[in-house]
Amino acid sequence: MDAKLEAAPSREAGKYSAGICTEELRVSYAGNEILKGVTLEARRGEILSIIGPAGAGKTSFLRCLNRLLDLDPDWQVSGTVLLNGQSIYSRELQVAVLRRKVGMVFSVPVTLPMTIYQNLTFGLSLNREGRSQRDEKVEKALREAYLWEEVKDRLDEPARNLSGGQQQRLCLARTLTLEPSVLLLDEPCSGLDPISTRRIEEALQQLKKNFMVILVTNNVKQAARASDRTAFFLFGEMIEVQKTELLFTTPREKKTADYISGRFG
Amino acid sequence: MPSNWSDRTELKGKAMQALTALACLIIIAIVAIIIGNIVTYGAGKLSWEFLSEPPRDHFTKGGIFPAIFGTAALVILMTIAVIPLGVATAIYMHEYAPKRSRLVHFVRLAIQNLAGVPAIVFGLFGVGFFIEFVGRGIDRGLYGGSLVYGQPAIIWSALTMALLTLPTVVVATEEALRAIPANYREVAYSLGATRWQMIWRVVLPQSAGGILTGGILAVSRGSGEVAPVMFTGAAYSLPELPVRLHNQFMELGYHVYVMSTQAFDVEATKPALYSTVLVLLMLTFLLNFTGIMIRARIRKRLRDGR
Repeated sequence: MDAKLEAAPSREAGKYSAGICTEELRVSYAGNEILKGVTLEARRGEILSIIGPAGAGKTSFLRCLNRLLDLDPDWQVSGTVLLNGQSIYSRELQVAVLRRKVGMVFSVPVTLPMTIYQNLTFGLSLNREGRSQRDEKVEKALREAYLWEEVKDRLDEPARNLSGGQQQRLCLARTLTLEPSVLLLDEPCSGLDPISTRRIEEALQQLKKNFMVILVTNNVKQAARASDRTAFFLFGEMIEVQKTELLFTTPREKKTADYISGRFG
Repeated sequence: MPSNWSDRTELKGKAMQALTALACLIIIAIVAIIIGNIVTYGAGKLSWEFLSEPPRDHFTKGGIFPAIFGTAALVILMTIAVIPLGVATAIYMHEYAPKRSRLVHFVRLAIQNLAGVPAIVFGLFGVGFFIEFVGRGIDRGLYGGSLVYGQPAIIWSALTMALLTLPTVVVATEEALRAIPANYREVAYSLGATRWQMIWRVVLPQSAGGILTGGILAVSRGSGEVAPVMFTGAAYSLPELPVRLHNQFMELGYHVYVMSTQAFDVEATKPALYSTVLVLLMLTFLLNFTGIMIRARIRKRLRDGR
């Protein structure tokens, strides 16, 4: 881990005590600047979506928030990321603990080569606290992901037997079993049909009551439909962030207007 | 003319196809001749007595049971030594070592060199290192200098053979680790797995098939090599079975070598010689087959996630 991050100044600590926020977040890969100082916050009870053309740094931003970028030392991260007021790069915080709090769903549904049930208990089985009341937690997560009715009688089947949309909801449920406080979704519906997409969006509307949800999407309509606030990223910069209906009706920046009307990117 | 050269390329393509097919046929023919030859000459003497008794009358009578037992014991000991060492090496190189690590570069270089070392050199190394250095050291330290481990023994043969087959296991394991989708690792990490949990629960089960392939190749190689065991533990003729790690043992490959070069009457031992080769082949196939069956079961379990 080469990230040069210092603990947050203490006077800032109270400001974002319930949420996740970044300040001047810079990311580069092998010397190329991917994110050029992004300051953004997500609050409990809302869905924040991030839109922008390919190469805008949306995915890199998301991967900073659960420190997945740490896995490859060619990524350099600097700036501040606070989760409930605590720097996620502080030395006291174990990265595995952080990742249990900041769940992530990837753009391609990746089920592990195990049964549905084993997939769901994978995270729980990793530490001692997670091992109690597994069945209850699995059922709760499956219900929250709108998948329970479809799989309750086939939990011992291989997860690969599920359809693509079901697999993605399984991935969502698998993340939810850990009861994270932040949910990161990286284009979760990019490979899904409209019905599966709607199911996931419905699930998110229920989930946002208890989580902070950050949704990266290439689908502008999805951002308009599903999110409370929307941020527009372009070439590593955060151009603007507003309430979703304002961003799509009266964007402050011309670049945003160009992008959402399809003239750009 | 376009039509002309088009015809000629067509012809050339056909010719190349025929040539490559011929190469395959030649291989099949060679294998068939070798196996046919061994079976024809070797099947005659094959009997329960031959498989279950020690040799008598300068190898012309009796059987080869001590050699069968010794070979099996050697291969098992070798596998026990080489799999953990090889798999651990590969896991360090692929999972733990930092990108562009100097250490990994050197280890890889060492393994490539190890793979190119002639078997006889391993044999001499086994004598010099395992017997003279390690074995004598154990004797001095634990047995008050009396000769126990400081002489040729099955354990030293097995360890020498393990070194010989180490590159196979390391390369096969690394290949298997490389084949695991990066997605699986990311999912495991994102669910809060530590690196070791990720390796233990995702990487190792997924690469078990590839690791076994390495093991199968190592067993094939180890059961056939003579040079590494001839100085380090194999006996010319020894009716007793090796029951301790410091016992000497008979080995099928070495037995073939002994019978064909140093027997009292080489002509008279010919039938036993062919039968021994046949048994060696069958034993190798049997060990391979067992490995392949285990691998198939593991792969099926992995697919179904049970």
